[in-house]
Amino acid sequence: MSDRIFGSVCLALAAFMAWGASVIEESFIQDPLGPKVFPLIIALVLALCGIAMWLAPDDEPRWPQGRKLIEIIWAVAVMVLYAQLLPVIGFVFATAAAAAFLSWQLGATIRQAATAGLLISLGIYAVFHLVLGLSLARGPLGF
Amino acid sequence: MDVLSSLADGFAVALTWQNLGLALLGCFLGTMIGALPGLGPSNGVAILIPLVFSIGLPATPALILLTSVYYGAMYGGRISSILLNIPGDEPAMMTTLDGFPMAQKGQAGEALAISGIASFVGAFVATWGLVFLAPQLVKVALLFGPAEYFALFALAFATLGGLSSKNQAKAAVAAAIGLAIAMIGVDGQTGVPRFAFNNVHFYDGIDFLVAIVGLFAVSEVLVFIEHRGTGEGSDGAKAIKLGRVTPPLSMIKQTSGAMGRSTILGFIAGVLPGAGASLGSFIAYAAEKKVSDKDGTFGKGDPRGVAAPEAGNNAAAGGALVPMLALGVPGSGTTAVLLAMLLALDITPGPLLFTQNPDVVWGLIAALFIGNIMLLAMNIPMVGLFMRLLAIPSKYLMPAVAMISFVGIYGISGSIFDLMVMIGFGVLGWGLRKLEVPLVPIILGLLLGTQMEQNLRRAMTISDGEVSALISSPLAIGLWAMAIIGFILPMIFGRFVRASSLKKSSS
Repeated sequence: MSDRIFGSVCLALAAFMAWGASVIEESFIQDPLGPKVFPLIIALVLALCGIAMWLAPDDEPRWPQGRKLIEIIWAVAVMVLYAQLLPVIGFVFATAAAAAFLSWQLGATIRQAATAGLLISLGIYAVFHLVLGLSLARGPLGF
Repeated sequence: MDVLSSLADGFAVALTWQNLGLALLGCFLGTMIGALPGLGPSNGVAILIPLVFSIGLPATPALILLTSVYYGAMYGGRISSILLNIPGDEPAMMTTLDGFPMAQKGQAGEALAISGIASFVGAFVATWGLVFLAPQLVKVALLFGPAEYFALFALAFATLGGLSSKNQAKAAVAAAIGLAIAMIGVDGQTGVPRFAFNNVHFYDGIDFLVAIVGLFAVSEVLVFIEHRGTGEGSDGAKAIKLGRVTPPLSMIKQTSGAMGRSTILGFIAGVLPGAGASLGSFIAYAAEKKVSDKDGTFGKGDPRGVAAPEAGNNAAAGGALVPMLALGVPGSGTTAVLLAMLLALDITPGPLLFTQNPDVVWGLIAALFIGNIMLLAMNIPMVGLFMRLLAIPSKYLMPAVAMISFVGIYGISGSIFDLMVMIGFGVLGWGLRKLEVPLVPIILGLLLGTQMEQNLRRAMTISDGEVSALISSPLAIGLWAMAIIGFILPMIFGRFVRASSLKKSSS
């Protein structure tokens, strides 16, 4: 079933690509092939593969259920939040919080997770910013 | 000898104190990365590429550092194969068959040492093969026109799924997704934006580094979160005793034949398009079993069964560098990451690289020799230290991996948009891994998409739109034929190979 859904997604993607290619504005000077043909070839390959997966799907993978799925969604949400907050509150705070959350999610106790988050954040800051001079996001306090 | 004097120049480049230091650091970091559960050559190097890039090292030192990390990770990967029965990456799978039984018999140290020596022999001989074969291939490559290059790219994609993929349609889908992503952005030949949907961020296209780190590193974190508490990635390292770390001479003597045969087989498998290191170790193990397994000791902890696949996969990894450096087209998944590394440093592999930047090529090859010797010297006495890394719990390791990935990508551009794209690729990578869609063709499509299209369009411009120009030379016809055979053959043989390897690992 998953493969069939994925095959359908591929077909939809191929159609979307074909549409996207058709609206490319062509300029008046160009090579015989132009900018549209190669994307159309790829869309065709994508569509053929989608059909192949519809016709011969593999065994069903084990998708995470219930809590596991929510945990993964949480992890992704935290990463998105982290990326958004990075320029607002600065590297050290954002990283400590995000690392602590991920660590807690992977089974650490709250205390272990908080320590791990702080150490990871300060460790990365020391190695990459202070020693190697990489620019990291600055918050209102300058770090 | 032309080649030898070029190689001597290469050593002159590589043998500065700074470069030697970087090689040493790279070997150490690499072995650590390989030994750590959940990190292997591909995702380890993927995380480091943007970091090295943003620190701003010049091309040759950066190349030496990353290549050492890569080789080191290949060495380190066998530690978890032997001690935990968990292959760090696909080529290391065959090593578990005899390595883990040896560890259970209390010969873990000997197994590690023998596999270290076998890795060294395989990689060392293969690097010599690279030295002599690559310049020959460059001579052929200079005859290639746009039509031949287009066929060559098609060949790379057709064979990349290879024997390891379960479903050729999925390998092809992955390649198409990669190529499709490469199309985003302003078209280089006419200057019109494609698939950008009036979003300024898309005009430059998607940075392949962002995609690679997302697909390999971020998705790995998600996989760990998913598998937490289900017993996968357990810490059995403490139960295994290391035993002596120097193998008796008789064991080296016993395995030397296996190492020699496997090196040759592995190298050939590596040079062939699409085969790569996984096939190299598989063929080497299967052949050695045919030749030496007279008493039925294979699979029960025979040292030859450890030496053969390790020599085979390292020789294949060296062999795979031949088409990658000489043609600019990686023959296997493992070399795709190395190609990404070269492109990130603004070096385009291919025949022109040998004539225009010989210092880079030969410096790299010299670095391979140096790294190999360092790794052998480092691995045998220090294996106990690396072994302890296996006990680092993933609850501390994985958050660090995720955060370092963010730092690397942020360091390239300082763009929050790129971070979001990276997370998107992480989720995509996780979903595709569940569906058993291989990720490497996506990377390759991203890396080669623009060049593939350019060559097609150039060929059409030369022939003024005549499509038959694509198959007008015998060289192009040969490449297309190989591509078609390479795509269809695994559908027939793949089943057989997988079935027999499954049978082996379960028995």
